[in-house]
Amino acid sequence: MSIELVNVHKSFGEKKVLRGFSLVIENGQTMSIIGASGSGKSVTLKHVIGLLRPDVGEVWVDGENVARLDQASVYRVRRKVGFVFQFAALFDSMTIAENVGMGLERMETFSEAEIRDRVESCLQRVDLGGYGNRMPSELSGGQRKRVGLARAIATEPDYILYDEPTTGLDPITKAVIDELIMRMADDLGVTGVVITHDMESAFRISDRIAMLHEGKNRVEGTPSEIRANEDPVVKAFIEGRPELLETA
Amino acid sequence: MHRSLAPVHAIGHGALRSVAAVGRAGYLGMDAVRALRKVKLWGPHLLSQMTRVGVESVPIALFIATFTGVVLALQASYTFTGAMPLYFVGTLVGKTMILELGPVLTGLALSGRVGANIAAELGTMRVTEQIDALEALAYDPVAYLVVPRVLAGAIMFPMVVVLANALGILAGWGTSLALLDMSSPEFLKGLRLFFEPWDVQFSVIKSISFGVTVTAVGCAFGFHTSGGAAGVGRATTQAVVISSMIILVLDAFWAATLLQ
Repeated sequence: MSIELVNVHKSFGEKKVLRGFSLVIENGQTMSIIGASGSGKSVTLKHVIGLLRPDVGEVWVDGENVARLDQASVYRVRRKVGFVFQFAALFDSMTIAENVGMGLERMETFSEAEIRDRVESCLQRVDLGGYGNRMPSELSGGQRKRVGLARAIATEPDYILYDEPTTGLDPITKAVIDELIMRMADDLGVTGVVITHDMESAFRISDRIAMLHEGKNRVEGTPSEIRANEDPVVKAFIEGRPELLETA
Repeated sequence: MHRSLAPVHAIGHGALRSVAAVGRAGYLGMDAVRALRKVKLWGPHLLSQMTRVGVESVPIALFIATFTGVVLALQASYTFTGAMPLYFVGTLVGKTMILELGPVLTGLALSGRVGANIAAELGTMRVTEQIDALEALAYDPVAYLVVPRVLAGAIMFPMVVVLANALGILAGWGTSLALLDMSSPEFLKGLRLFFEPWDVQFSVIKSISFGVTVTAVGCAFGFHTSGGAAGVGRATTQAVVISSMIILVLDAFWAATLLQ
């Protein structure tokens, strides 16, 4: 079981976002994809669950090319994948418990009592036990992200995709979210793909890191390999030193 | 680009955007038809949407119908006095409410209330990635969001319009008694004079088409919203304007095809 993107191209109108991006994410790994804002990181993630289809290229999940599947098969693949959205994307007309239980309801294999128990256990896993009856508007940004994570893990997916999970959070909450991501990998054994431009977080949680630059995979390696990389584009990004780009 | 070509460029760009929007709406329509078989997804939401689209629209529809009936009676009396028997006031109120003003005014009012509401709600869901989240959870968003709203429009608009027609006629009747020195038998004589049961069916057919139009256009603009809060505002305005225009075109179309 793995996720593999092969030579993915994607344009929106005149704008070419991905220009032959390739990446393999092995089972059980946590892979962070780093890159500047607007470099196409979220676009890449949306290809994995078929929210976007590539103009050219292949997107393999569990041996199935999502880019070529019909809609019903794409939904089948999505059931193996949890997605944590950048701003949580909670359904604001529903309670927290209803939000977390949405995926379980869709599976149509659980009784109401089972869904209730599973929802509460997922909320406890993200340290929000007892919050089920609240509305999303009553929660802070960090709590909403944790609910988003609880919703993503409720169906016990094989993969979890995180879209900028720590963006806009204070350092303490960031650390809490990082801890949760690592816990998901360790306790549940899920494969994680994390989109981020928070290098501190990327180094802490990742088994491997890839950098998306100008629509391509600029570099890929373990956190220590990325730290030691001498490519000025990579160095400029991870050290936050734009002046290095002049030598690139 | 030469400055003199800018208007041509703008017109061409606008035309392309319009064609693209029509194409997207067409695809959404086809997806909605296909999604009809996913009853488990839209079924549980139909009743709540019928309440929102229909029941909650009754007060504004009845308010409009009441004053329309009053004005129709007064204007008919003004027009007919000295030229035709006053019982024709009943004829004009009945025919006009049922054939034209009941469905059209209700449709236009509800395009503002229901269509704008749907476009704003779905538009907000789109820009906050809630629709993407639905898809990520393996829900078909067309079956879940679009189908129950459009079905609710098709079912509830005719009911609201029939109520509006009835109240408009009652208001015209009351006005005739109170202000026009007419008796009930006179008004009812005029009301019955040219009444055809087909008129009511015509009114219902029109209002079904208006219900589908208002909800489908609201869904189409909401579903394809982009550009944050400004985009939601734009989608809402466009939904109201376009659905109002389609209602008036349909009104002429039904008159030309069904009243010949």
